[in-house]
Amino acid sequence: MTNAWDDMITREDVEHISWLASIKIEDDEKDGLVANFNTILEYFHQLDEVDTEGVKPTYRVVDLANIFREDAAYESLSQEQALENAPRKENGYFRSPRIV
Amino acid sequence: MLLELKSRLQVESCEEYLSRLYEKIEKSELYGFTTLAKESALEQAKQFDKNHGKGILAGVPIAIKECISTNGIETNCSSKILRGYIPPYDAHVIEQLKAEGAIIMGKTNMDEFAMGSSTETSCFGPTKNPWDRSCVPGGSSGGSAAVVAGGEAPCALGSDTGGSVRCPASFCGIVGLKPTYGLVSRYGLVAYANSLEQIGPLTHTVEDTALLMQVIAGHDERDSTSARGQDCSYLSGLQNGVAGLKIGIPKEYFGEGVNKDVEKAVWEAIHKLESLGASWQEVSLPHTRYALAAYYVIAMSEASSNLARFDGLRYGLREGEDKDWHTTFSAIRAKGFGPEVKRRIILGTYALSAGYYGRYYLKALQVRTLIKEDFLRAFKQVDILASPTMPIPAFRIGERINDPLSLYMADVFTVPINLAGVPAVSVPCGFSGRLPIGLQLMGPHFGEATVLRTAAAFEAATPFHEAVPEVI
Repeated sequence: MTNAWDDMITREDVEHISWLASIKIEDDEKDGLVANFNTILEYFHQLDEVDTEGVKPTYRVVDLANIFREDAAYESLSQEQALENAPRKENGYFRSPRIV
Repeated sequence: MLLELKSRLQVESCEEYLSRLYEKIEKSELYGFTTLAKESALEQAKQFDKNHGKGILAGVPIAIKECISTNGIETNCSSKILRGYIPPYDAHVIEQLKAEGAIIMGKTNMDEFAMGSSTETSCFGPTKNPWDRSCVPGGSSGGSAAVVAGGEAPCALGSDTGGSVRCPASFCGIVGLKPTYGLVSRYGLVAYANSLEQIGPLTHTVEDTALLMQVIAGHDERDSTSARGQDCSYLSGLQNGVAGLKIGIPKEYFGEGVNKDVEKAVWEAIHKLESLGASWQEVSLPHTRYALAAYYVIAMSEASSNLARFDGLRYGLREGEDKDWHTTFSAIRAKGFGPEVKRRIILGTYALSAGYYGRYYLKALQVRTLIKEDFLRAFKQVDILASPTMPIPAFRIGERINDPLSLYMADVFTVPINLAGVPAVSVPCGFSGRLPIGLQLMGPHFGEATVLRTAAAFEAATPFHEAVPEVI
Protein backbone atom coordinates (compact mmCIF):
# COMPACT_ATOMS: atom_id res chain seq x y z
CA MET A 1 0.00 0.00 0.00
CA THR A 2 1.27 3.47 -0.86
CA ASN A 3 1.22 6.30 1.64
CA ALA A 4 -0.04 9.86 1.28
CA TRP A 5 3.37 11.27 0.47
CA ASP A 6 3.90 9.22 -2.69
CA ASP A 7 2.05 11.70 -4.83
CA MET A 8 2.45 15.08 -3.19
CA ILE A 9 1.43 17.74 -5.67
CA THR A 10 4.14 20.11 -6.86
CA ARG A 11 4.06 23.50 -8.59
CA GLU A 12 4.75 21.71 -11.89
CA ASP A 13 1.77 19.40 -11.29
CA VAL A 14 -0.51 22.37 -10.67
CA GLU A 15 0.69 23.98 -13.90
CA HIS A 16 0.12 20.78 -15.86
CA ILE A 17 -3.31 19.96 -14.43
CA SER A 18 -4.62 23.50 -14.79
CA TRP A 19 -3.49 23.38 -18.41
CA LEU A 20 -5.46 20.13 -18.85
CA ALA A 21 -8.46 21.82 -17.18
CA SER A 22 -8.09 24.88 -19.46
CA ILE A 23 -7.82 27.32 -16.57
CA LYS A 24 -4.98 29.82 -16.66
CA ILE A 25 -3.22 30.07 -13.31
CA GLU A 26 -1.14 33.11 -12.35
CA ASP A 27 2.28 32.62 -10.77
CA ASP A 28 1.20 34.13 -7.46
CA GLU A 29 -1.72 31.66 -7.17
CA LYS A 30 0.40 28.54 -7.53
CA ASP A 31 1.82 28.11 -4.03
CA GLY A 32 -1.63 28.57 -2.48
CA LEU A 33 -3.08 25.91 -4.77
CA VAL A 34 -0.24 23.49 -4.05
CA ALA A 35 -0.93 23.82 -0.31
CA ASN A 36 -4.74 23.53 -0.73
CA PHE A 37 -4.47 20.51 -2.99
CA ASN A 38 -2.09 18.62 -0.74
CA THR A 39 -4.32 19.18 2.30
CA ILE A 40 -7.40 17.98 0.43
CA LEU A 41 -5.64 15.02 -1.22
CA GLU A 42 -4.22 13.92 2.09
CA TYR A 43 -7.78 13.81 3.38
CA PHE A 44 -8.87 11.79 0.32
CA HIS A 45 -6.22 9.19 1.15
CA GLN A 46 -8.49 7.97 3.97
CA LEU A 47 -10.12 5.98 1.18
CA ASP A 48 -6.97 3.83 1.01
CA GLU A 49 -8.00 2.25 4.33
CA VAL A 50 -11.17 0.74 2.84
CA ASP A 51 -10.93 -2.80 1.53
CA THR A 52 -12.65 -2.61 -1.86
CA GLU A 53 -11.34 -5.89 -3.25
CA GLY A 54 -14.07 -7.25 -5.53
CA VAL A 55 -16.49 -4.35 -4.84
CA LYS A 56 -18.26 -3.07 -7.94
CA PRO A 57 -18.20 0.69 -8.56
CA THR A 58 -21.54 2.54 -8.41
CA TYR A 59 -21.88 4.87 -11.40
CA ARG A 60 -25.62 5.30 -10.95
CA VAL A 61 -27.62 4.64 -7.80
CA VAL A 62 -30.81 3.69 -9.59
CA ASP A 63 -30.64 0.68 -11.83
CA LEU A 64 -31.63 2.16 -15.13
CA ALA A 65 -29.75 1.34 -18.29
CA ASN A 66 -30.22 1.88 -22.00
CA ILE A 67 -33.23 4.17 -21.88
CA PHE A 68 -34.46 4.67 -25.42
CA ARG A 69 -36.95 7.10 -26.81
CA GLU A 70 -38.98 6.78 -29.94
CA ASP A 71 -36.90 7.56 -33.02
CA ALA A 72 -38.95 10.57 -34.01
CA ALA A 73 -38.24 14.23 -34.69
CA TYR A 74 -39.12 16.65 -31.91
CA GLU A 75 -39.30 20.40 -31.88
CA SER A 76 -36.04 21.99 -30.81
CA LEU A 77 -34.50 25.45 -30.50
CA SER A 78 -34.47 27.58 -33.61
CA GLN A 79 -31.12 28.75 -34.97
CA GLU A 80 -31.94 32.22 -33.69
CA GLN A 81 -32.69 30.97 -30.18
CA ALA A 82 -29.56 28.83 -30.12
CA LEU A 83 -27.44 31.85 -31.04
CA GLU A 84 -29.26 34.31 -28.76
CA ASN A 85 -26.75 34.04 -25.93
CA ALA A 86 -23.59 33.75 -28.02
CA PRO A 87 -21.23 36.63 -27.25
CA ARG A 88 -19.61 36.42 -30.72
CA LYS A 89 -21.42 35.23 -33.81
CA GLU A 90 -21.21 35.70 -37.55
CA ASN A 91 -23.59 34.78 -40.39
CA GLY A 92 -25.68 32.50 -38.21
CA TYR A 93 -22.69 30.69 -36.69
CA PHE A 94 -20.86 30.80 -33.36
CA ARG A 95 -17.53 32.57 -33.87
CA SER A 96 -14.70 30.66 -32.27
CA PRO A 97 -11.01 31.44 -31.90
CA ARG A 98 -8.60 29.86 -34.42
CA ILE A 99 -8.23 26.17 -33.93
CA VAL A 100 -5.17 25.53 -36.12
CA MET B 1 -49.16 27.65 4.82
CA LEU B 2 -49.55 27.35 1.04
CA LEU B 3 -53.07 25.94 1.26
CA GLU B 4 -53.97 28.83 3.61
CA LEU B 5 -52.37 31.27 1.21
CA LYS B 6 -54.41 29.77 -1.61
CA SER B 7 -57.66 30.34 0.25
CA ARG B 8 -56.59 33.87 1.14
CA LEU B 9 -55.90 34.55 -2.53
CA GLN B 10 -59.48 33.52 -3.32
CA VAL B 11 -60.68 36.68 -1.54
CA GLU B 12 -57.64 38.98 -1.50
CA SER B 13 -55.77 40.46 -4.45
CA CYS B 14 -52.78 38.42 -5.54
CA GLU B 15 -51.28 41.47 -7.22
CA GLU B 16 -51.33 43.39 -3.92
CA TYR B 17 -49.90 40.45 -2.01
CA LEU B 18 -47.09 40.06 -4.52
CA SER B 19 -46.41 43.83 -4.60
CA ARG B 20 -45.98 43.75 -0.81
CA LEU B 21 -43.46 40.91 -1.16
CA TYR B 22 -41.48 42.86 -3.77
CA GLU B 23 -41.51 45.98 -1.58
CA LYS B 24 -40.03 43.91 1.20
CA ILE B 25 -37.45 42.35 -1.11
CA GLU B 26 -36.35 45.72 -2.45
CA LYS B 27 -35.69 46.95 1.10
CA SER B 28 -34.22 43.64 2.25
CA GLU B 29 -30.70 43.29 3.60
CA LEU B 30 -30.63 39.51 3.33
CA TYR B 31 -29.41 39.51 -0.29
CA GLY B 32 -31.35 36.32 -0.97
CA PHE B 33 -32.71 37.28 -4.38
CA THR B 34 -30.30 37.94 -7.23
CA THR B 35 -32.62 38.42 -10.24
CA LEU B 36 -36.23 39.59 -9.96
CA ALA B 37 -38.93 38.81 -12.52
CA LYS B 38 -41.16 41.52 -11.07
CA GLU B 39 -42.88 42.65 -14.26
CA SER B 40 -43.89 39.21 -15.52
CA ALA B 41 -44.84 38.05 -12.03
CA LEU B 42 -47.09 41.05 -11.34
CA GLU B 43 -48.68 40.65 -14.76
CA GLN B 44 -49.38 37.01 -13.98
CA ALA B 45 -50.84 38.00 -10.60
CA LYS B 46 -53.12 40.48 -12.33
CA GLN B 47 -54.32 37.73 -14.66
CA PHE B 48 -54.88 35.45 -11.68
CA ASP B 49 -57.02 38.12 -9.97
CA LYS B 50 -59.24 38.19 -13.09
CA ASN B 51 -59.45 34.45 -13.47
CA HIS B 52 -58.27 32.20 -10.65
CA GLY B 53 -57.77 29.04 -12.68
CA LYS B 54 -57.65 25.52 -11.29
CA GLY B 55 -53.95 24.74 -10.85
CA ILE B 56 -52.69 23.13 -7.63
CA LEU B 57 -50.49 26.20 -7.11
CA ALA B 58 -52.68 28.81 -8.78
CA GLY B 59 -51.51 32.28 -7.71
CA VAL B 60 -48.73 30.96 -5.45
CA PRO B 61 -45.46 32.89 -5.85
CA ILE B 62 -42.24 30.87 -5.75
CA ALA B 63 -38.51 31.71 -5.70
CA ILE B 64 -36.13 29.66 -7.85
CA LYS B 65 -32.43 28.91 -7.34
CA GLU B 66 -30.09 30.50 -9.87
CA CYS B 67 -29.08 27.13 -11.38
CA ILE B 68 -32.58 26.11 -12.55
CA SER B 69 -33.28 27.27 -16.12
CA THR B 70 -36.13 29.76 -16.52
CA ASN B 71 -37.21 30.84 -19.98
CA GLY B 72 -36.55 34.57 -20.37
CA ILE B 73 -35.16 35.02 -16.83
CA GLU B 74 -31.40 35.18 -16.29
CA THR B 75 -29.93 31.93 -14.95
CA ASN B 76 -26.33 32.46 -13.93
CA CYS B 77 -25.47 29.94 -11.18
CA SER B 78 -24.15 32.97 -9.24
CA SER B 79 -21.07 32.82 -11.46
CA LYS B 80 -19.37 35.58 -13.44
CA ILE B 81 -18.93 33.16 -16.32
CA LEU B 82 -22.72 32.93 -16.84
CA ARG B 83 -23.77 36.51 -16.09
CA GLY B 84 -26.32 37.66 -18.64
CA TYR B 85 -27.27 34.15 -19.81
CA ILE B 86 -31.00 34.01 -20.51
CA PRO B 87 -32.22 30.47 -21.17
CA PRO B 88 -34.49 30.03 -24.20
CA TYR B 89 -36.33 27.21 -22.43
CA ASP B 90 -37.74 26.17 -19.03
CA ALA B 91 -36.46 23.36 -16.83
CA HIS B 92 -38.95 20.50 -16.43
CA VAL B 93 -39.79 21.61 -12.87
CA ILE B 94 -40.53 25.16 -14.09
CA GLU B 95 -42.87 23.82 -16.79
CA GLN B 96 -44.67 21.82 -14.10
CA LEU B 97 -44.93 24.80 -11.73
CA LYS B 98 -46.28 27.04 -14.49
CA ALA B 99 -48.77 24.40 -15.61
CA GLU B 100 -50.18 24.41 -12.06
CA GLY B 101 -50.42 28.22 -11.97
CA ALA B 102 -47.40 29.09 -9.78
CA ILE B 103 -45.83 32.54 -10.27
CA ILE B 104 -42.03 32.68 -10.71
CA MET B 105 -40.86 35.63 -8.57
CA GLY B 106 -37.20 35.58 -9.48
CA LYS B 107 -33.92 33.81 -8.86
CA THR B 108 -32.04 33.27 -5.63
CA ASN B 109 -28.42 33.41 -4.61
CA MET B 110 -26.29 30.28 -4.29
CA ASP B 111 -22.73 29.17 -3.90
CA GLU B 112 -21.14 29.51 -7.34
CA PHE B 113 -22.26 26.46 -9.36
CA ALA B 114 -23.62 25.02 -6.07
CA MET B 115 -20.10 24.45 -4.77
CA GLY B 116 -20.24 25.32 -1.10
CA SER B 117 -22.22 25.10 2.12
CA SER B 118 -22.49 28.80 2.99
CA THR B 119 -23.53 30.80 -0.14
CA GLU B 120 -20.29 32.75 0.31
CA THR B 121 -18.71 31.62 -2.98
CA SER B 122 -21.40 33.47 -5.01
CA CYS B 123 -20.13 36.15 -7.40
CA PHE B 124 -22.79 38.42 -5.86
CA GLY B 125 -21.40 38.06 -2.34
CA PRO B 126 -22.96 36.21 0.61
CA THR B 127 -26.64 35.96 1.56
CA LYS B 128 -27.34 36.66 5.24
CA ASN B 129 -29.04 34.32 7.68
CA PRO B 130 -32.39 35.89 8.69
CA TRP B 131 -31.94 34.66 12.28
CA ASP B 132 -28.57 36.35 12.67
CA ARG B 133 -27.23 38.46 9.86
CA SER B 134 -23.63 37.93 10.86
CA CYS B 135 -24.11 34.23 10.06
CA VAL B 136 -24.31 32.28 6.79
CA PRO B 137 -27.69 30.89 5.67
CA GLY B 138 -26.05 27.59 4.73
CA GLY B 139 -25.63 26.47 1.15
CA SER B 140 -25.58 26.05 -1.59
CA SER B 141 -29.31 26.96 -1.85
CA GLY B 142 -28.79 29.71 0.77
CA GLY B 143 -30.75 32.35 -1.13
CA SER B 144 -33.80 30.10 -1.49
CA ALA B 145 -33.76 29.24 2.24
CA ALA B 146 -33.19 32.83 3.39
CA VAL B 147 -36.04 34.32 1.32
CA VAL B 148 -38.48 31.70 2.64
CA ALA B 149 -37.34 32.02 6.28
CA GLY B 150 -37.20 35.81 5.95
CA GLY B 151 -40.80 36.04 4.66
CA GLU B 152 -39.86 37.30 1.18
CA ALA B 153 -41.30 34.30 -0.68
CA PRO B 154 -43.80 31.68 0.53
CA CYS B 155 -41.78 28.79 -0.93
CA ALA B 156 -38.75 28.08 -3.10
CA LEU B 157 -36.89 25.46 -5.09
CA GLY B 158 -33.27 24.57 -4.50
CA SER B 159 -30.99 21.77 -5.62
CA ASP B 160 -29.13 19.29 -3.44
CA THR B 161 -25.88 17.66 -4.60
CA GLY B 162 -24.38 16.97 -1.17
CA GLY B 163 -26.79 18.70 1.21
CA SER B 164 -27.49 21.96 -0.61
CA VAL B 165 -31.23 21.96 0.19
CA ARG B 166 -31.03 20.39 3.66
CA CYS B 167 -28.10 22.43 5.00
CA PRO B 168 -29.70 25.85 4.39
CA ALA B 169 -33.09 24.51 5.53
CA SER B 170 -31.42 23.47 8.80
CA PHE B 171 -29.51 26.76 9.24
CA CYS B 172 -32.59 28.89 8.43
CA GLY B 173 -35.18 26.88 10.40
CA ILE B 174 -37.37 25.66 7.54
CA VAL B 175 -38.23 22.38 5.79
CA GLY B 176 -36.09 21.11 2.90
CA LEU B 177 -36.30 17.81 1.01
CA LYS B 178 -33.69 16.01 -1.11
CA PRO B 179 -35.80 13.55 -3.13
CA THR B 180 -34.74 10.07 -4.19
CA TYR B 181 -32.32 10.23 -7.13
CA GLY B 182 -34.40 10.09 -10.32
CA LEU B 183 -37.71 11.21 -8.78
CA VAL B 184 -37.50 14.81 -10.03
CA SER B 185 -36.31 15.48 -13.57
CA ARG B 186 -32.96 17.27 -13.85
CA TYR B 187 -33.83 18.59 -17.32
CA GLY B 188 -32.85 22.26 -17.24
CA LEU B 189 -30.87 22.05 -14.00
CA VAL B 190 -27.36 23.32 -14.76
CA ALA B 191 -25.23 20.25 -14.01
CA TYR B 192 -22.56 20.23 -11.30
CA ALA B 193 -22.35 16.53 -10.33
CA ASN B 194 -25.14 14.79 -12.16
CA SER B 195 -24.99 11.37 -10.50
CA LEU B 196 -25.66 13.03 -7.13
CA GLU B 197 -28.02 15.96 -7.57
CA GLN B 198 -31.76 16.44 -7.27
CA ILE B 199 -34.02 19.49 -7.23
CA GLY B 200 -36.01 19.85 -4.00
CA PRO B 201 -38.46 22.22 -2.24
CA LEU B 202 -37.72 24.64 0.62
CA THR B 203 -40.87 25.55 2.55
CA HIS B 204 -42.29 26.55 5.95
CA THR B 205 -44.16 23.29 6.51
CA VAL B 206 -43.95 19.61 5.61
CA GLU B 207 -47.35 19.85 3.95
CA ASP B 208 -46.01 22.57 1.63
CA THR B 209 -43.07 20.35 0.68
CA ALA B 210 -45.49 17.48 -0.06
CA LEU B 211 -47.60 19.84 -2.17
CA LEU B 212 -44.62 21.06 -4.22
CA MET B 213 -43.40 17.48 -4.66
CA GLN B 214 -46.77 16.48 -6.13
CA VAL B 215 -46.16 19.15 -8.76
CA ILE B 216 -42.46 18.68 -9.58
CA ALA B 217 -41.96 14.90 -9.19
CA GLY B 218 -42.70 12.40 -11.94
CA HIS B 219 -41.30 10.92 -15.11
CA ASP B 220 -39.70 13.07 -17.82
CA GLU B 221 -38.09 11.38 -20.79
CA ARG B 222 -35.65 14.27 -21.31
CA ASP B 223 -33.77 13.09 -18.20
CA SER B 224 -32.45 9.59 -18.92
CA THR B 225 -32.18 8.89 -15.17
CA SER B 226 -35.82 9.80 -14.55
CA ALA B 227 -37.75 7.11 -12.66
CA ARG B 228 -41.00 5.67 -13.96
CA GLY B 229 -44.22 4.61 -12.30
CA GLN B 230 -43.86 6.38 -8.94
CA ASP B 231 -46.95 7.37 -6.99
CA CYS B 232 -46.32 10.99 -6.05
CA SER B 233 -49.54 11.76 -4.13
CA TYR B 234 -47.69 12.60 -0.91
CA LEU B 235 -50.43 14.75 0.64
CA SER B 236 -52.92 11.94 1.13
CA GLY B 237 -51.01 9.90 3.74
CA LEU B 238 -49.37 12.86 5.47
CA GLN B 239 -51.54 12.79 8.61
CA ASN B 240 -51.32 9.04 9.21
CA GLY B 241 -48.95 9.39 12.17
CA VAL B 242 -45.98 7.28 13.30
CA ALA B 243 -47.62 4.55 15.42
CA GLY B 244 -45.53 1.40 14.99
CA LEU B 245 -42.84 3.15 12.95
CA LYS B 246 -39.31 1.81 13.52
CA ILE B 247 -36.67 4.54 13.65
CA GLY B 248 -32.95 3.73 13.33
CA ILE B 249 -30.41 5.96 15.02
CA PRO B 250 -27.10 5.65 13.12
CA LYS B 251 -24.49 5.73 15.86
CA GLU B 252 -21.88 7.22 13.52
CA TYR B 253 -23.99 10.42 13.26
CA PHE B 254 -23.65 11.31 16.94
CA GLY B 255 -20.81 12.07 19.32
CA GLU B 256 -17.49 13.59 18.35
CA GLY B 257 -17.73 16.77 16.29
CA VAL B 258 -21.45 17.28 16.95
CA ASN B 259 -22.41 20.47 18.78
CA LYS B 260 -23.98 19.70 22.19
CA ASP B 261 -27.11 21.81 21.55
CA VAL B 262 -27.61 20.02 18.22
CA GLU B 263 -27.22 16.58 19.78
CA LYS B 264 -29.63 17.44 22.60
CA ALA B 265 -32.29 18.86 20.25
CA VAL B 266 -32.10 15.81 17.97
CA TRP B 267 -32.43 13.36 20.88
CA GLU B 268 -35.41 15.32 22.17
CA ALA B 269 -36.92 15.01 18.69
CA ILE B 270 -36.38 11.24 18.72
CA HIS B 271 -38.05 10.99 22.12
CA LYS B 272 -40.91 13.12 20.84
CA LEU B 273 -41.44 10.68 17.96
CA GLU B 274 -41.29 7.83 20.50
CA SER B 275 -44.05 9.51 22.55
CA LEU B 276 -46.12 9.60 19.35
CA GLY B 277 -45.95 5.82 18.98
CA ALA B 278 -42.70 5.17 17.11
CA SER B 279 -39.88 3.02 18.48
CA TRP B 280 -36.17 3.54 18.02
CA GLN B 281 -33.06 1.39 17.97
CA GLU B 282 -29.40 2.03 17.33
CA VAL B 283 -28.10 0.98 13.91
CA SER B 284 -24.70 1.23 12.26
CA LEU B 285 -23.70 2.71 8.90
CA PRO B 286 -20.07 1.59 9.19
CA HIS B 287 -18.67 3.38 6.12
CA THR B 288 -19.93 6.82 7.14
CA ARG B 289 -16.45 8.13 7.93
CA TYR B 290 -15.38 7.60 4.32
CA ALA B 291 -18.42 9.27 2.76
CA LEU B 292 -17.02 12.79 2.73
CA ALA B 293 -13.83 11.83 0.88
CA ALA B 294 -15.73 9.63 -1.60
CA TYR B 295 -18.29 12.37 -2.17
CA TYR B 296 -15.74 15.08 -2.88
CA VAL B 297 -13.71 12.89 -5.26
CA ILE B 298 -16.88 12.01 -7.23
CA ALA B 299 -18.36 15.52 -7.16
CA MET B 300 -15.11 17.17 -8.25
CA SER B 301 -14.55 14.62 -11.01
CA GLU B 302 -18.04 15.08 -12.41
CA ALA B 303 -17.69 18.87 -12.07
CA SER B 304 -14.47 18.91 -14.06
CA SER B 305 -16.30 17.24 -16.93
CA ASN B 306 -19.61 19.14 -16.64
CA LEU B 307 -18.03 22.56 -16.38
CA ALA B 308 -15.86 22.02 -19.44
CA ARG B 309 -18.76 23.46 -21.45
CA PHE B 310 -18.20 26.98 -20.11
CA ASP B 311 -15.87 28.42 -22.70
CA GLY B 312 -17.60 31.63 -23.76
CA LEU B 313 -18.51 30.23 -27.16
CA ARG B 314 -22.26 29.59 -26.96
CA TYR B 315 -23.04 31.68 -23.87
CA GLY B 316 -21.42 33.57 -21.04
CA LEU B 317 -18.28 35.59 -20.57
CA ARG B 318 -16.08 36.35 -23.58
CA GLU B 319 -13.56 39.14 -23.36
CA GLY B 320 -10.41 40.33 -25.03
CA GLU B 321 -8.98 39.57 -28.42
CA ASP B 322 -9.29 35.97 -29.62
CA LYS B 323 -5.95 34.18 -29.66
CA ASP B 324 -5.53 30.43 -30.23
CA TRP B 325 -8.29 28.17 -28.88
CA HIS B 326 -6.59 27.04 -25.67
CA THR B 327 -5.15 30.43 -24.67
CA THR B 328 -8.47 32.17 -25.27
CA PHE B 329 -10.59 29.72 -23.30
CA SER B 330 -8.08 29.30 -20.46
CA ALA B 331 -8.11 33.08 -19.95
CA ILE B 332 -11.93 33.28 -20.03
CA ARG B 333 -12.25 30.43 -17.54
CA ALA B 334 -9.60 31.95 -15.26
CA LYS B 335 -11.56 35.19 -15.18
CA GLY B 336 -15.09 33.73 -15.07
CA PHE B 337 -14.75 31.08 -12.35
CA GLY B 338 -14.22 31.89 -8.67
CA PRO B 339 -11.52 30.24 -6.51
CA GLU B 340 -13.62 27.33 -5.15
CA VAL B 341 -14.93 26.37 -8.60
CA LYS B 342 -11.39 26.44 -10.03
CA ARG B 343 -10.15 24.35 -7.12
CA ARG B 344 -12.81 21.69 -7.73
CA ILE B 345 -12.39 21.62 -11.51
CA ILE B 346 -8.61 21.31 -11.26
CA LEU B 347 -8.71 18.66 -8.51
CA GLY B 348 -11.39 16.76 -10.43
CA THR B 349 -9.25 16.89 -13.55
CA TYR B 350 -6.37 15.47 -11.50
CA ALA B 351 -8.53 12.66 -10.06
CA LEU B 352 -9.59 11.63 -13.57
CA SER B 353 -6.17 11.98 -15.18
CA ALA B 354 -4.09 9.07 -16.43
CA GLY B 355 -2.46 7.18 -13.58
CA TYR B 356 -4.79 8.52 -10.87
CA TYR B 357 -8.22 7.41 -12.16
CA GLY B 358 -8.12 4.07 -10.34
CA ARG B 359 -6.64 5.48 -7.18
CA TYR B 360 -9.19 8.26 -6.67
CA TYR B 361 -12.26 8.10 -8.91
CA LEU B 362 -12.73 4.35 -9.18
CA LYS B 363 -11.89 3.87 -5.51
CA ALA B 364 -14.49 6.51 -4.57
CA LEU B 365 -17.12 4.76 -6.70
CA GLN B 366 -16.38 1.46 -4.94
CA VAL B 367 -16.68 3.14 -1.54
CA ARG B 368 -19.95 4.60 -2.81
CA THR B 369 -21.23 1.05 -3.30
CA LEU B 370 -20.34 0.18 0.31
CA ILE B 371 -22.10 3.31 1.59
CA LYS B 372 -25.21 2.52 -0.41
CA GLU B 373 -25.15 -1.04 0.95
CA ASP B 374 -24.92 0.34 4.53
CA PHE B 375 -28.22 2.13 3.93
CA LEU B 376 -29.91 -0.84 2.24
CA ARG B 377 -28.91 -3.06 5.18
CA ALA B 378 -30.21 -0.52 7.73
CA PHE B 379 -33.55 -0.24 5.93
CA LYS B 380 -34.06 -3.99 6.34
CA GLN B 381 -34.19 -3.40 10.11
CA VAL B 382 -35.92 -0.02 10.34
CA ASP B 383 -38.35 2.16 8.36
CA ILE B 384 -36.50 5.43 8.69
CA LEU B 385 -33.24 6.88 10.02
CA ALA B 386 -32.92 10.02 12.17
CA SER B 387 -29.88 12.22 12.76
CA PRO B 388 -28.80 15.84 12.91
CA THR B 389 -28.89 17.47 9.45
CA MET B 390 -25.78 19.50 10.23
CA PRO B 391 -23.32 18.82 13.09
CA ILE B 392 -23.34 22.53 13.97
CA PRO B 393 -25.67 25.55 13.82
CA ALA B 394 -24.97 28.30 11.26
CA PHE B 395 -21.42 29.64 11.47
CA ARG B 396 -20.26 33.22 10.99
CA ILE B 397 -19.76 34.75 7.55
CA GLY B 398 -16.04 34.57 6.76
CA GLU B 399 -15.28 32.04 9.50
CA ARG B 400 -14.50 29.05 7.26
CA ILE B 401 -14.20 30.38 3.75
CA ASN B 402 -10.39 30.40 3.70
CA ASP B 403 -10.13 26.82 4.90
CA PRO B 404 -11.86 24.65 2.26
CA LEU B 405 -11.47 21.41 4.18
CA SER B 406 -13.22 22.79 7.29
CA LEU B 407 -16.13 23.84 5.04
CA TYR B 408 -16.29 20.37 3.47
CA MET B 409 -16.41 18.81 6.97
CA ALA B 410 -19.74 20.53 7.67
CA ASP B 411 -21.35 18.25 5.04
CA VAL B 412 -20.50 15.05 6.89
CA PHE B 413 -24.14 13.97 7.57
CA THR B 414 -25.66 15.17 4.30
CA VAL B 415 -23.34 13.73 1.62
CA PRO B 416 -23.89 10.01 2.40
CA ILE B 417 -27.56 10.47 1.39
CA ASN B 418 -26.61 11.71 -2.09
CA LEU B 419 -24.07 8.90 -2.51
CA ALA B 420 -26.79 6.36 -1.67
CA GLY B 421 -29.45 8.19 -3.68
CA VAL B 422 -32.03 7.91 -0.87
CA PRO B 423 -34.43 10.70 0.16
CA ALA B 424 -33.94 12.88 3.26
CA VAL B 425 -35.76 15.83 4.74
CA SER B 426 -34.57 18.44 7.22
CA VAL B 427 -37.20 19.76 9.67
CA PRO B 428 -36.72 22.39 12.39
CA CYS B 429 -36.24 20.75 15.82
CA GLY B 430 -34.92 23.45 18.13
CA PHE B 431 -32.49 26.29 18.64
CA SER B 432 -28.93 26.89 19.75
CA GLY B 433 -29.19 30.42 21.12
CA ARG B 434 -31.22 32.06 18.38
CA LEU B 435 -29.91 29.82 15.57
CA PRO B 436 -32.17 27.02 14.30
CA ILE B 437 -31.29 23.30 14.41
CA GLY B 438 -32.47 20.72 11.85
CA LEU B 439 -33.52 17.09 12.30
CA GLN B 440 -32.68 14.89 9.31
CA LEU B 441 -35.06 12.02 8.48
CA MET B 442 -33.84 9.56 5.84
CA GLY B 443 -35.85 6.89 4.07
CA PRO B 444 -35.26 4.07 1.58
CA HIS B 445 -35.30 4.71 -2.19
CA PHE B 446 -38.69 6.20 -3.13
CA GLY B 447 -39.67 6.26 0.56
CA GLU B 448 -40.72 9.94 0.41
CA ALA B 449 -44.21 9.15 1.74
CA THR B 450 -42.78 7.67 4.97
CA VAL B 451 -40.17 10.41 5.35
CA LEU B 452 -42.77 13.17 4.93
CA ARG B 453 -45.36 11.43 7.14
CA THR B 454 -42.80 11.18 9.98
CA ALA B 455 -41.74 14.79 9.50
CA ALA B 456 -45.40 15.90 9.50
CA ALA B 457 -46.12 14.01 12.74
CA PHE B 458 -43.11 15.62 14.40
CA GLU B 459 -44.06 19.05 13.12
CA ALA B 460 -47.65 18.73 14.34
CA ALA B 461 -46.38 17.92 17.86
CA THR B 462 -43.78 20.71 18.10
CA PRO B 463 -43.76 24.53 17.77
CA PHE B 464 -40.43 25.03 15.95
CA HIS B 465 -41.81 25.59 12.44
CA GLU B 466 -43.94 28.47 13.75
CA ALA B 467 -40.98 30.50 14.99
CA VAL B 468 -40.07 33.51 12.86
CA PRO B 469 -36.82 35.46 12.98
CA GLU B 470 -37.07 38.71 14.98
CA VAL B 471 -35.24 40.74 12.37
CA ILE B 472 -38.18 40.59 10.00
